Amino acid sequence: MSDAEEKKNEPEWNEGDPERLYVITKGRSGSTAKATIDLVTLIVSRSGPTSGMQPEHSAIVRLCQSPLSVAEISAYLHLPVSVVSVLVADLLADERVEARALVPPAQLPDAALIEAVMHGLQKL
Amino acid sequence: MDFKSSELVDADSVVGPRAEDTLPSSATAAVKIVIVGGFGVGKTTLVGSVSEIRPLTTEETMTQAGVGVDDIAGVERKTATTVAMDFGRISINEELVLYLFGTPGQQRFWFLWNGLFRGALGAVVLVDTRRLEVSFDVIGRLEERDVPFVVAINTFPDAPTYPTEELRAALDLPAHVPIVDCDARKRASSRDVLLTLMRYLHSLAVTPEHS
Repeated sequence: MSDAEEKKNEPEWNEGDPERLYVITKGRSGSTAKATIDLVTLIVSRSGPTSGMQPEHSAIVRLCQSPLSVAEISAYLHLPVSVVSVLVADLLADERVEARALVPPAQLPDAALIEAVMHGLQKL
Repeated sequence: MDFKSSELVDADSVVGPRAEDTLPSSATAAVKIVIVGGFGVGKTTLVGSVSEIRPLTTEETMTQAGVGVDDIAGVERKTATTVAMDFGRISINEELVLYLFGTPGQQRFWFLWNGLFRGALGAVVLVDTRRLEVSFDVIGRLEERDVPFVVAINTFPDAPTYPTEELRAALDLPAHVPIVDCDARKRASSRDVLLTLMRYLHSLAVTPEHS
């Protein structure tokens, strides 16, 4: 990719309307969800979507038939991470999905984990 | 259902990952590395050259009005600014997945950093020698947050080259912080940058006085 192409793909500023995002999360800011849900928390559905689910919930359940990070869910749904975190927290509370553990920061830097990553990178 | 009018997602039209981009069900843990740098420095290029998926884009919103102020009167007038972050993915083994996030280094984007750096292994500061000034702020901020990082100089053909020690002095970097040259377009070169970070993190893990 050339530098010029990259610039085109770089973050852009958009004026948006936050109100609609506020409505789909029913006004919750996600402060409790943020404590446990990270950008790289892997989410897996426990079952398929059911009728009567909010469309955003249903879409997440469908996407997560195989594990997907919160960041990837956000990208595929074109919704901000903060909004996705709230929606995922709902699904976790209803036991529709499970969250796979993030490596806790307290373990870092952990030599064994770092060696595993190095080993994986060397295969690239 | 009164929330129908607010639907942002048509569940039937969401395009998910391609079959080859899905993770195996054995994937149980993920770690992340953050690539920081100014606009056009090559963050997305670096992420794209090593990622197993085409880089994806995630967005975060920032409320423009009343930053740091509880401005209740202004609520209905607020507009949100959206900032996009590109990211990629590398499956390390059957269980462990590495995510790479590119984020802009300018101070006005630092609001993104809280969630981004929580639990991150470390960071790569990607530098364009034609625009060193962005890197000063980024490096200072990473040091403040105790985020371990390495510096990678993306070697643009028309950018001036400096001896490493001259750059170290210019960026006011401690002797133990690695500086490497890279060509972010090349997979092997980008991989080596990540390996440099991992070796550095490993040295910190076994000699914890720098961490």
